[in-house]
Amino acid sequence: METYADLVAAEDVLLFVNAAITSTGQREFRSTADEQRMSLDFLHEYVRVNYRELYAATLSLDINDHNAVEIIRRLLVTAREADEEQRRAEGRLIGARLAVLPPQRVYRLFGQLRRARVNNRRTRAIMRDWLAGRRDHGFDAVKYRSGFKTAVRHGHLPVPDELGDFLFAPRKRERYEHALLDTYRRARYTQTALYELPYTVAEGFAAQHGIPRAVFLERIAPRMTRGERLRGQESARAHKAKVEIDLAAMPLTRLASYVLSLDLSVRSERRAELTGALRAAARQAAGPYAGTWGRVAAVLDDSFSASGSGQKRRRPLAVALACHFLLAELAAAYVPLWTSGREDALLTYPYGPTPLGLRILDALDRSPARLVIVSDGWDNAPPGLAGEVLRVWRTRLDRSRRTSVVHLNPVYDADGYDVRRIAPSVPTAGIRDAEDLPALVELAQFAEGRTGLAELRAYLDARVKDFTAQDKDFSAQDGVTA
Amino acid sequence: MTQLDLTGLTAAPAQVWGGIRLVPLVREEPITDLRLRRELFGDAWMAVEPGDGTYYTSYIPHGFVADWSRDGKWQAAYGTQLCDEYDDADDVPVRAIPMRRLVQRAGSRRLRFLPLHLALEGYLALHFGGPSVLWEEWSARAVRRGLTPRAEMAYAGASVEGLDEALRIFEIHPGQCGVMVYAADALAAAFVVPHPEDYRALHASLLQDLYGELVYQHAYYSPPVREFTAVIDDTRVSDLAGLRAAALGQLSSWAGDHDRHLAGGLLDESYQITQLRRMGRYRLTRFLPPFALHREQHIGEAITDLKGRVAYLKSMRLSEAQIRRGHLLSRLAHHDWNLEDTAAALGASPVELVRRLRNAGFDGLLKRHVVEAAQRGRWDG
Repeated sequence: METYADLVAAEDVLLFVNAAITSTGQREFRSTADEQRMSLDFLHEYVRVNYRELYAATLSLDINDHNAVEIIRRLLVTAREADEEQRRAEGRLIGARLAVLPPQRVYRLFGQLRRARVNNRRTRAIMRDWLAGRRDHGFDAVKYRSGFKTAVRHGHLPVPDELGDFLFAPRKRERYEHALLDTYRRARYTQTALYELPYTVAEGFAAQHGIPRAVFLERIAPRMTRGERLRGQESARAHKAKVEIDLAAMPLTRLASYVLSLDLSVRSERRAELTGALRAAARQAAGPYAGTWGRVAAVLDDSFSASGSGQKRRRPLAVALACHFLLAELAAAYVPLWTSGREDALLTYPYGPTPLGLRILDALDRSPARLVIVSDGWDNAPPGLAGEVLRVWRTRLDRSRRTSVVHLNPVYDADGYDVRRIAPSVPTAGIRDAEDLPALVELAQFAEGRTGLAELRAYLDARVKDFTAQDKDFSAQDGVTA
Repeated sequence: MTQLDLTGLTAAPAQVWGGIRLVPLVREEPITDLRLRRELFGDAWMAVEPGDGTYYTSYIPHGFVADWSRDGKWQAAYGTQLCDEYDDADDVPVRAIPMRRLVQRAGSRRLRFLPLHLALEGYLALHFGGPSVLWEEWSARAVRRGLTPRAEMAYAGASVEGLDEALRIFEIHPGQCGVMVYAADALAAAFVVPHPEDYRALHASLLQDLYGELVYQHAYYSPPVREFTAVIDDTRVSDLAGLRAAALGQLSSWAGDHDRHLAGGLLDESYQITQLRRMGRYRLTRFLPPFALHREQHIGEAITDLKGRVAYLKSMRLSEAQIRRGHLLSRLAHHDWNLEDTAAALGASPVELVRRLRNAGFDGLLKRHVVEAAQRGRWDG
């Protein structure tokens, strides 16, 4: 028997999940960084105190790294409030999540724990286990020097003599046995040595040696990671240096962001290449689901508010563009409808108001099996029309639910403590990366209010089981040079 | 006395942020033979000559340049630059020369003017010459120098609470040529330009415009205003086409409702329009309201075509005190500055009129003993 409290609990947890997926505490189009952070802080505190187990279980969902770190930190800081069994479950989840987090975030987390003076046996064990999973401590000591040092110091972790000297008494040794440590030492004096260092470290030395940017970029290219290559593309182009890149191997949403950063003229010149890469990335993201979704219509928001903020440049639009390509792969027949009425997805840019209601009508005209709406939920031309259209459609025209509607929202609304909804009858889920779309559509079903806490718990338990059973030696995404 | 003619402009759905409501005005046919551009002044504190020997001094951050063509052909706005890179150091706009007059020629088909100051100057100079008949109550100073110095206070848009944020997140409609700014649902300003591209360039200039005290207070104290959300009666809808018709009906009914109810105070009023300059088939004019008490009153300036249709409009809402001052001055002027006649026409005693003049800040115009006697409740005229 579902009680009222259970329904409230399910709702609270879902809105927390939505927030944890979308918000990164950065500035958004309609709210400042402070507003976002304050709102997010409250949610973390509220859910942690009231639903600690569910709070920990959200680590197994596709929440963003910022919130994953935040959850882990809060769990460790308040470990005293948990009982023995809870701690064990939390420990497993934290371990599994740390393994998939980028190392720089983990090192930053360790720094935060040090500042918060959290240094119990469990925290030290978690740090020890995570560091034991790292492939090469020498590499970490070079690339994440201060983070690694803090972790070693804070966790009382033993390191080999050589590494200890490198970190704490750098001038003591004439040379190091470990190749990378020695390269780091040599890079101070020889320019050629720095090209064997990771890109971020080499950059500092290059500035020290006064190496021209173009020469540096060209020679360091083999040592760049995937993300660094993508980020460095335009800088390399400006300096007329060549940084090889395989666009098709990039994650879909990152790639969409990159495409949107290009000028319209460049986009139309490189149309074949960019479209090909986006399609390939979408195919990869769709995986086994490709072509299984039947007739799909999508309403995609490219209004002015999709320009995001200075910190999240064009992020909502990038998500919409990535969803566009992903849905094209998932669907058997696919109709995209941009709010501005433009048709060329590659040349899209944020412009104009958000007539969601009229676009949804256009989409319903095609009688799709699924209607996916990707928008920040600020329907303003006229306001509230989308909600009315969907309500009337549900109650009068499509009572048998032939069309399933789902709304995906890339923007966290700090004032509403949730992503903004279009209509109460339409399930809404937050989205950060378009790659998670199939999982999110599944999660959004809970948001319709028809499923209660028991089902939600069952779903989360299954996710947690999957998540913690994964191979612990998950290849972390840093230093792997592509 | 005529009304403002906003034919060709349709109100699109409003966008709300906090206490500010912005209603976009969309032009079906943009005007292409008249273009506007803004020029920024480095030295914003300026004294200009309206042309009658007086000086007008104010904080004036920007001016407008209007240029028009004789043959009605399309043209680009004056000062438009073509460039490859936006952040090239050489691409800063040409530095504007400070102006000496409120309106001045800048070529055979180009005019520079100071937006809103044109309108405000019209209001400040209202019966500026002082008493036209030498009744004995008026002081020597009033007779000799008129109302000078006459000052009014206004707030810059940047200090109006929430306006900056509302303008930043506002989503400009395609074809939008104007906007109406409401603070706590009181019309604060109307702004219309000839061409959508001009609007895009000038949208942010609303932040540097002048706003009356009333607007400042409304915005400061107002709780968030409600959005007018669409409502569809689902009992009347039986198919998708019906649903679409109902949705489109919402759009058109909003446009009508807006003009009737929200903007009525500006659009239904009749104005005294003064022509300032001819510009081809356009006229630069300023308008003054009848200064009716306890009613929404706007001053402003407009560029209209020969049929009186508005191509450019900028208005500013007067506060109650400003309306009272305008009302008193125009009543006095109407009765040749005779206090007793004016008082009778206003349905009050001369003593009360003197008190009202004093409250409005015009007591310097009257002889001292008249004011002092009125304070004691005696008429010493």
